Amino acid sequence: MRLTLNGAAVDVEAHPMKRLLDVLREECGLTGTKEGCGEGECGACTVLIDDQPVCACLVPWAHVDGRTVTSIEGLADQHPLQQAFMDEVGAQCGICTPGMILAAIALGPNPSLTKIKEGLAGNLCRCTGYEAIYRAIQSTAPVIPRSAAD
Amino acid sequence: MRTATNALELRRPRTLKEALAMLRDEPTLVPLAGCTDLYVAVNFGTLTDSRFLDLWPLEPLRRISVRDETMVIGALATYTEIIKSRHVRKRLPMLIDSARQIGGPQIQNRGTIGGNIANASPAGDTLPVLSAADAVVVLKNAADERRVAFNDFHTGYRKSVRMPDELIVAVEIPTQHGRQWFRKVGTRAAQAISKVVMAGVRGDQPRIAIGSVAPTIVRARRTEAALAAGASIEDAARILGDEIHPIDDVRSTAEYRRTVTVNLLRRFWTDTASASPSV
Repeated sequence: MRLTLNGAAVDVEAHPMKRLLDVLREECGLTGTKEGCGEGECGACTVLIDDQPVCACLVPWAHVDGRTVTSIEGLADQHPLQQAFMDEVGAQCGICTPGMILAAIALGPNPSLTKIKEGLAGNLCRCTGYEAIYRAIQSTAPVIPRSAAD
Repeated sequence: MRTATNALELRRPRTLKEALAMLRDEPTLVPLAGCTDLYVAVNFGTLTDSRFLDLWPLEPLRRISVRDETMVIGALATYTEIIKSRHVRKRLPMLIDSARQIGGPQIQNRGTIGGNIANASPAGDTLPVLSAADAVVVLKNAADERRVAFNDFHTGYRKSVRMPDELIVAVEIPTQHGRQWFRKVGTRAAQAISKVVMAGVRGDQPRIAIGSVAPTIVRARRTEAALAAGASIEDAARILGDEIHPIDDVRSTAEYRRTVTVNLLRRFWTDTASASPSV
């Protein structure tokens, strides 16, 4: 089956009902996508299909036929959000972090705090209390320099 | 939990016609689409079925359109597509209110309205909306098409009138007259299954539907009739208390559900009291 995975066209053979999560981790060796609850509650396994966040534990492999899939590896450690999560200590144990970052990317540029909270409503974190995560996402929005604002 | 899928079989039709033919030849095939509910059972090994019919790629079933004053929502329209639809915003805003409270974005991007109906859970969040809106479910098999009033569709807990060779292809929404209202009460705003969910349309004949208080979504017909006849909201609340049959379960207690349901009725009546209709 052919799809675009992290920017590259790939052919991957797997059972059509195998979970996208398992194919990414086992067939593709991309272990950045984590399994939390395995029932669509926690969002740890969030990846983007055609730029929309989904839980990879609830997606049969057949459903990404011809689609564009982005996992955390697709950001190549170069996305400003990744640095912002480190700077603001938006990660502690780290299990939720790849899903948080991908859900945040799907919000587009300059999301309001309300939009951030809604956009991350499907991603649970049991360490940070969320505040540092929200701060990290807000900090990547362009900041108007004080001198320019005055 | 890693899933053993080798014993499973997925049929992958390219068109609705092909899907209906496959289902005619093998009515035990289990239709799947967004998989937000089905894959929970697959993952936890509680699903006994092994052969499935993949409806997800059937794009024409995703359309939302308006024909002769009836809004037609394709069965595969996702909650995200419903939230974004200008037709739904104009004609059935309470459906948007309900779709926005289902799961989180990840679930809204995958879950479909047809799946919510087919799943036949009494806690399905769009279902009270469809009930209060007097929606009509469109079913097709390889030979025929039929329409069933949404309020006659579910016959019991996770049971419906859908025959094994039929697929839900759309849900039709007549023009609504009156102010629409929706409220879900759960443990948390996102990712929580309802303890009680209510939808109402306040017109000359008020329509009130409630989820999670009986084996199926229920219309509060006696309460509606009392309100239409001019009963006070307190009298209506007493009638509603008699009309529902909630149970104790993992998510809530019967007593809590009964109290909240009656409070929701009062809230519905207060919130929709304004003279200017919202639709």
